Amino acid sequence: MLKITNLKKTFNAGTINEKTALEGLNLHLKDGDFVTVIGGNGAGKSTLQNAIAGVWKPDCGTIEIDGVDVTNMPEHKRAQFLGRVFQDPMKGTAPDMEIAENLAIAARRGTKRKLIWGVRKAEREEYKKLLATLDLGLEDRLSTKVGLLSGGQRQAVTLLMATLRRPKLLMLDEHTAALDPKTAAKVLELTDRIVTENKLTTLMITHNMNDAIAHGNRLIMMYDGHVVVDVEGEEKKKLTVQDLLNMFAQASGKEFANDRAMLS
Amino acid sequence: MAFLYALPGAIAEGLIWGLMAIGVYISYKILDIADLTVDGSICTGACVCAVLLGLGVPAWLSLIIAFAAGALTGIVTGLLHTALGIPSILAGILTQLMLYSINLAILGGKALVAIDSRSLELLVNMSDRTRSIISAGMIVAGTIVVLWLFFYTEVGLTLKSTGDNPDMSRAQGVNVNFNKVLGLAIANGIVALAGALLAQYKGSANINDGKGAIVIGLAAIFIGLSVSLKIKPNFVVSLIGVVCGGIVYYIVYNFVILLGMKTDYLKMLSAIIVALFLAIPYLKEQYFTKPKDLRPSAVSSNHNTGGDANA
Repeated sequence: MLKITNLKKTFNAGTINEKTALEGLNLHLKDGDFVTVIGGNGAGKSTLQNAIAGVWKPDCGTIEIDGVDVTNMPEHKRAQFLGRVFQDPMKGTAPDMEIAENLAIAARRGTKRKLIWGVRKAEREEYKKLLATLDLGLEDRLSTKVGLLSGGQRQAVTLLMATLRRPKLLMLDEHTAALDPKTAAKVLELTDRIVTENKLTTLMITHNMNDAIAHGNRLIMMYDGHVVVDVEGEEKKKLTVQDLLNMFAQASGKEFANDRAMLS
Repeated sequence: MAFLYALPGAIAEGLIWGLMAIGVYISYKILDIADLTVDGSICTGACVCAVLLGLGVPAWLSLIIAFAAGALTGIVTGLLHTALGIPSILAGILTQLMLYSINLAILGGKALVAIDSRSLELLVNMSDRTRSIISAGMIVAGTIVVLWLFFYTEVGLTLKSTGDNPDMSRAQGVNVNFNKVLGLAIANGIVALAGALLAQYKGSANINDGKGAIVIGLAAIFIGLSVSLKIKPNFVVSLIGVVCGGIVYYIVYNFVILLGMKTDYLKMLSAIIVALFLAIPYLKEQYFTKPKDLRPSAVSSNHNTGGDANA
């Protein structure tokens, strides 16, 4: 489904702030893989997702989604393959527009937009049913401006938007990190349900090692711009946080240095 | 008495400036771009219209061509910004400067081209204020209806989201750059249309027309939205509010002239009005907001209001 070959990216090359974010990264996701991604600060987790999304062009390497080489495709064209949820709950929705309008824009991702009515009546009914499944009381608030919702509600709506049109790859970038623990658990549970129901290929970055172990069928750990640990199936199910810390120490020769990850 | 006599003229001219303010609303409020092309494109509209009328083109057709010319100026600014990566405010300034030369060229090198309002069939003119108000009012109403329909189409919705959240728009497959160019084209097309009406109304196009138009447009927007957002915060009410803002601005303008203020100082007045409106939210936040009293005794009265934020 996703095939990344020898991907490299250096920011601010040739200056004092030079930072190599991706160092010849290789990654191959099978159809239906639910991969959790962990790693210390600056390991390249978000850089990897931004590279796949096409926020900027990589220095070298190729990215293929479902057999299509998207390496040189602009961000808005690639969007047809991708569903994205960001860490910042403000980033995934248009605050000054209604919930229904946000969903309608997402429902047309990858299609040619025309001069026809932007939110049809039948759609509203469909959105109502979908919002009801979130169990956040949003089903009767289709006309509410998204900016009036809480962070958790906005993340849930963003998740719905990302999956409304089945994406080839769902990318979640620490999408529960900015939420309180209770809301985070709820959004994560929702994520699991949507991914399982639709059998979505998913790449989920998380700073929480327990979440990384509990969710998905495969886990990768990144360090210094490449993948240092890659476990799946039965082997992944048996992992403990201590195992992960040991693996990290072995791969990097250092203690795991992400305060947030240590605490969780 | 003199004021009442000036009122119809103020309303007619206010309607035209209100139409221009709708254009500014699209770039400033919807696309979130402070587009300085406006000062040039309004003059382009006036010049194109005056010259075409002189060539015997019917008034309505000259308005349509003026709109197209304005849209072209918006496309130039949009491309400078998106294709060449120039910050939007600078792109607008650059186009505005280019337009000074282009407008002069349109006027055939003259600083002023008069429109023969006696022999030509015009849609608006100072000499017939009632007719001017009706014609201008119909054009404004038509523009609002078309924009209202447009901004609820699939394309229109993505234009809104482009200004509201470009990150979200790109993630949902919206071509943000194309939308910015499209939005600026529509905005400046409307501004040029207003410029063309203004030339007809005044009976001439002057190379210095439109200096400070962006400021007048912003003033109309702030005046209008300060009322209309309280009534109902939706798109059509906002547009109507913006037009009313333009009318109020021109009534105040005429009133101030009647009070004996020299017209030389009026641009200063416009700038101060806009500066005040821009500053008020900031000043409120900085100096007049007190932290809420959150002691248990004080909280009981308002602890139910934040339900949404904690959901």
